[in-house]
Amino acid sequence: MIDFRHVSLRFDEGLVLTDMSFTVVPGETLVILGPSGCGKTTILRLLLGLIHPESGSIVIDGRDIVGLREREMGQVRRTMALVFQGAALFDSLTVRENVGYRLWEEGLQTDEFIDQRVDESLRFVGLHDVSEHMPAELSGGMKKRVAIARALASTPRVILYDEPTAGLDPINTHIINELICRLHTKEAVTQVVVTHDIDTAYRVANHLIMLHRGEKIFDGTVEELKASDDLHVRAFLSPGGVLSTPRCFPTKDGGYQVIDD
Amino acid sequence: MARIEDRLKGYVFTVQEFARLCAIAIAGIFRKPTYVQETFYYMDQIGVGSLFILILTGLFTGMVLTLQGAIQLQPYGAVPYVSRLISTSVVRELGPVLAALMIAGRVGSGIASELASMQVTEQIDALRAEGTDPIKKLVTTRLLATLLMVPVLTVITNGIAIFGGYVIARFYLSIDSFFYWTWAFEALRPMDLVYGLIKPVVFGFIICMVGCYAGLNTEGGTVGVGRSKTQAMVTSSILILMSDFFMTKLFIFLG
Repeated sequence: MIDFRHVSLRFDEGLVLTDMSFTVVPGETLVILGPSGCGKTTILRLLLGLIHPESGSIVIDGRDIVGLREREMGQVRRTMALVFQGAALFDSLTVRENVGYRLWEEGLQTDEFIDQRVDESLRFVGLHDVSEHMPAELSGGMKKRVAIARALASTPRVILYDEPTAGLDPINTHIINELICRLHTKEAVTQVVVTHDIDTAYRVANHLIMLHRGEKIFDGTVEELKASDDLHVRAFLSPGGVLSTPRCFPTKDGGYQVIDD
Repeated sequence: MARIEDRLKGYVFTVQEFARLCAIAIAGIFRKPTYVQETFYYMDQIGVGSLFILILTGLFTGMVLTLQGAIQLQPYGAVPYVSRLISTSVVRELGPVLAALMIAGRVGSGIASELASMQVTEQIDALRAEGTDPIKKLVTTRLLATLLMVPVLTVITNGIAIFGGYVIARFYLSIDSFFYWTWAFEALRPMDLVYGLIKPVVFGFIICMVGCYAGLNTEGGTVGVGRSKTQAMVTSSILILMSDFFMTKLFIFLG
């Protein structure tokens, strides 16, 4: 269970998150939706303790991770895995070494077990035949799938995804979405997916929140989102409708502004 | 005024962060896990990889120093004693400094660009997300390798430089081999050898830590990678020359 309670964070440029609260129950797939720069990725980095909030608490399985020392945080991180937007595979390691990295690093399992687990994970994402390739030899979609296999190999309780389908063609987008759905239905893994891709959100979400300029403007299901009459939600879901309004202009933070006469 | 104050604060912050990184990296030497394989890998990269350029550096430095030294000693009829000049200047100053500058150019900038690339492609964050301490894995291993290999490379550079001097002394200045080598070793004091080994350890520390700091603090994508590489090279070169002056002053004081 992940409990994000009244979290606020400020960078030099200003407030990134304002009084953010939400809960992720075990086994559900939460999608965090919103335009670029609204603080979605920041939430993932906070969950992994890569950055710390100014105020509020982040409770994971009953333990507040805010203020934990780096070594204690390392133990928490081992229960989670993050699929980075750019995959962030280790350049100097083969696909196999990337996928088994955490298991080898922990040194708790035998080589046979790790090899088997790596094979299973690569087979799950359909890439067992590229296990000896280097990351540079893979396409963008394959890198993302290897990143999912890497996340999967250590059987984490929570998998976090940062824009898993960004920059992918429709076929690869479909494959990634299906993998996320299969992890939910077959493995019952708790998942947090950050995306601005509405189709992905509709496909994988059990629970959905939407951000606008660092604030939560929606919390509910896909059906509730579709029925929402919030102006920002409507603008995000069908930008053509709102932005074609006279005197309405897009802003640099992904929002829009109505200029009065 | 506010801009000057911000800049000063920035410098203080940089020094503080650099000191913090150094402290964590040194503490990492005594903490588990020990990345033995990675340390040997970097020793090979730094040591064997730098050998060729240091052999060339040492050889030509020794040869040119002998040529120039002979010109200065000729009016006094002291050309046969040129090996004293070569051995002392190489072991005390030129060997450690030139070797360190060459290693800074090759290894320091390499460390900075490698870590910078990892930083901009989120691989450092990926390491943390996988539960690995990136400083222990990336910095401490390189620090150990550099501390061990820079003194070894310096000794080799010194030896090659004195040998380069011998080649010119024997075949160009017609100085007797026995005479050259006798005076080359006669001029050296045991403390010269000790000081000549302390300097490379300090230089190795500077090269590695400046490279790592620049790499880990990279911002701004691929442009930032290039900037970090240049910054590591320039900063470590200046720090090597400055620290050499202060160490020499200290060693002269100690005798």
